[in-house]
Amino acid sequence: MKIMVAVKRVIDYAVKIRVKSDKSGVEMSNVKMSMNPFCEIGVEEALRIREAGAASEVVAVSVGPAQCADTLRTALAMGADRAIHVVSGSLGPVLPLSVAKILKALVEIERPGLLILGKQAIDDDCNQTGQMVAGLLKWPQGTFASKVLLDKEKQVATVEREVDGGLETLSLDLPAVITTDLRLNQPRYATLPNIMKAKSKVIKKVTLEELNVEIKSDLEVVQVTEPPKRKAGVIVSSVDELIDKLKNEARVL
Amino acid sequence: MASRGGVLHRPNKESLIATSRIHQRSFGSTTINIQRNPSFSMINSDDINYFRDILDDNTVIQDEDRLSSANIDWMRKYKGSSKLLLLPKDTDEVSKILRYCNSRRLAVVPQGGNTGLVGGSVPVYDEVIVNVGLMNKIISLDKVSGILKCEAGCILQNLDSFLANECYLMPIDLGAKGSCQIGGNVSTNAGGLHFVRYGSLHGNVLGLEVVLADGTVLDMLGSLRKDNTGYDLKHLFIGSEGTLGIITKVSILTPARLSSTNLAFLACEDYSSCQELLLKAKRGLGEVLSAFEFLDTNSMDLVLDKLEGVRNPFPSSLHKFYVLIETTGTDDSYDRAKLETFLVNSMEGGLISDGVIAQDINQASSFWRIREGITEALMKAGAVYKYDLSLPVEKLYDIVVEMQLRLGSSAKVCGYGHLGDGNLHLNISTPNYDDNVFAQIEPFVYEWTAEHRGSISAEHGLGLMKADKIHYSKSTETVRLMASIKKLVDPNGIMNPYKVLPQSIYSP
Repeated sequence: MKIMVAVKRVIDYAVKIRVKSDKSGVEMSNVKMSMNPFCEIGVEEALRIREAGAASEVVAVSVGPAQCADTLRTALAMGADRAIHVVSGSLGPVLPLSVAKILKALVEIERPGLLILGKQAIDDDCNQTGQMVAGLLKWPQGTFASKVLLDKEKQVATVEREVDGGLETLSLDLPAVITTDLRLNQPRYATLPNIMKAKSKVIKKVTLEELNVEIKSDLEVVQVTEPPKRKAGVIVSSVDELIDKLKNEARVL
Repeated sequence: MASRGGVLHRPNKESLIATSRIHQRSFGSTTINIQRNPSFSMINSDDINYFRDILDDNTVIQDEDRLSSANIDWMRKYKGSSKLLLLPKDTDEVSKILRYCNSRRLAVVPQGGNTGLVGGSVPVYDEVIVNVGLMNKIISLDKVSGILKCEAGCILQNLDSFLANECYLMPIDLGAKGSCQIGGNVSTNAGGLHFVRYGSLHGNVLGLEVVLADGTVLDMLGSLRKDNTGYDLKHLFIGSEGTLGIITKVSILTPARLSSTNLAFLACEDYSSCQELLLKAKRGLGEVLSAFEFLDTNSMDLVLDKLEGVRNPFPSSLHKFYVLIETTGTDDSYDRAKLETFLVNSMEGGLISDGVIAQDINQASSFWRIREGITEALMKAGAVYKYDLSLPVEKLYDIVVEMQLRLGSSAKVCGYGHLGDGNLHLNISTPNYDDNVFAQIEPFVYEWTAEHRGSISAEHGLGLMKADKIHYSKSTETVRLMASIKKLVDPNGIMNPYKVLPQSIYSP
């Protein structure tokens, strides 16, 4: 069985984000980019499933401009067998529904038994792509997965999900879509031997025309602003002053 | 009976049990046989009134709790008995304080973040503590040249965050960055992790404003790259650990913050591989090399054992040595390719047995946490005898091996440090302070260092800990001239007494 993992190139989680002065978006030039942390967890899970013998191949895919290849190289360096880069050129950010359509097209070519994605990307926080592609493929979905157990014989995935009320366990018939949550696993580091091996692994470039997918943006970003600045704290000199401020300024007493 | 100043008397078993939290446990160790200088006055109520007059009320501290934390150093090894802590708000207040103290012969300890490791930032006896922590304004940043002017109480990490916004960075980076202040960094000529790339503070500091013992304000706060007009006095104050004056403002050249950093964590099987790796890195990585650190297996074990949330990058095997190599440049793909090629070649050449490259900033931080966390892990492990030596790179690890042989099973010897600068942090860890262990360490470690023409203090300074050890690394004539300068600039000897230079400079 093949596992396909979708990965996204985003601004590194640890970078301090700055909004552009024209409010059209976020400062992206000269900023460190990395693989979306949830996608990293997805790659790790796919590798563990392959190492357990339940799958034969892990294919990493990404949609985006030329630099996406770096993100795919990370996936290969972690241990993915090969990669597919869907080149979106200078179209700007590709939105979840478009990505879902692209993934559907790839799934129809590659025929994986499992499609793993991160639950959301840390740049747009949409949390939509996994669910949309499952809908388009009419596949079962286990989102916010915190534990995945694959039964190769029965072709069933048991997924434990983190939901508001606690943990929910689902049983999914394969092929299925799983999106990863933080506690699913701790991704491995890219080791030098694997980085060396990755250099001979293939990243196949595919165009949108080849996939027969048209990207149509139904959303327009009107404005991006920073959240209002937090007011500085004040050191009070006595308990009386504290009570006074809580009563009259913060109005919580 | 000679009074023992500046020593935390070894706690008895009951008091050890009583202090429940590890990080508050205090260990006494070395005995400093220096008597309180009888020529210094004791504080009286007139003095307090004077200070209350010239300073804001809440900056004249006599409160026990606040005094107790200001009297004890970060390592919890040295404890003074000062009864007065002053927090001046500006240079003028510092000047008035010193002028008064000088006239009254009151000894003074300049203090900043109090993160020093040689007992230099806390009183030995009842010296007045002058802490510049409130002087934390950033004065200016020239956005074209990157020259930053700020007050001495600015916390290093805050300065770096401020500079990050303007695409500059502080040329020094140390584990204590969240607490240490730039005045203290300059006074101790701090080195740190990026020394191999950005060099010494002697090169980066362009100017200082210093207040001398008699209150004179020396305005040397130039911001020129080149200024060959007379003797460059600021160099005297850089590294003199508060014994010649109090630094109140700093003018420093900050390098451009480049966008691409890459970090690799490597495993080597012997020290000579680490050494050869360094040599090859300087050639193979050249201008993008920004850090080269090493740690041994004992250090790694300690960190994994004592710190929360720290992960071994090589979970499946134990290695003898670990090396961190960082590159900083302008082009991520180019730097990454350069680093990968270099590492792959080194691996094929047998210098590295395993390695990982950080794929994002989080992974890089977790690698740094291993190296930067060793100091903290040592504190948690019990008593630590800490040495900071500059040695020829080929000989650097030999002292670690020898020390472990000498001490056998009575102690765990950890070696780590700035291999790129030939700077070893030798740390001997024991459950409790033990005079027998100490006798095996000193003076052996100093003698060994002197034999190999090394420095007994690469970057930590002499402070109180090594105040009488300077002769291991400096000649008699040199020390004599230092003493003359000290007596010239501070005739009453009130500036951070008992430290840096040996007491013998005062004997006829």
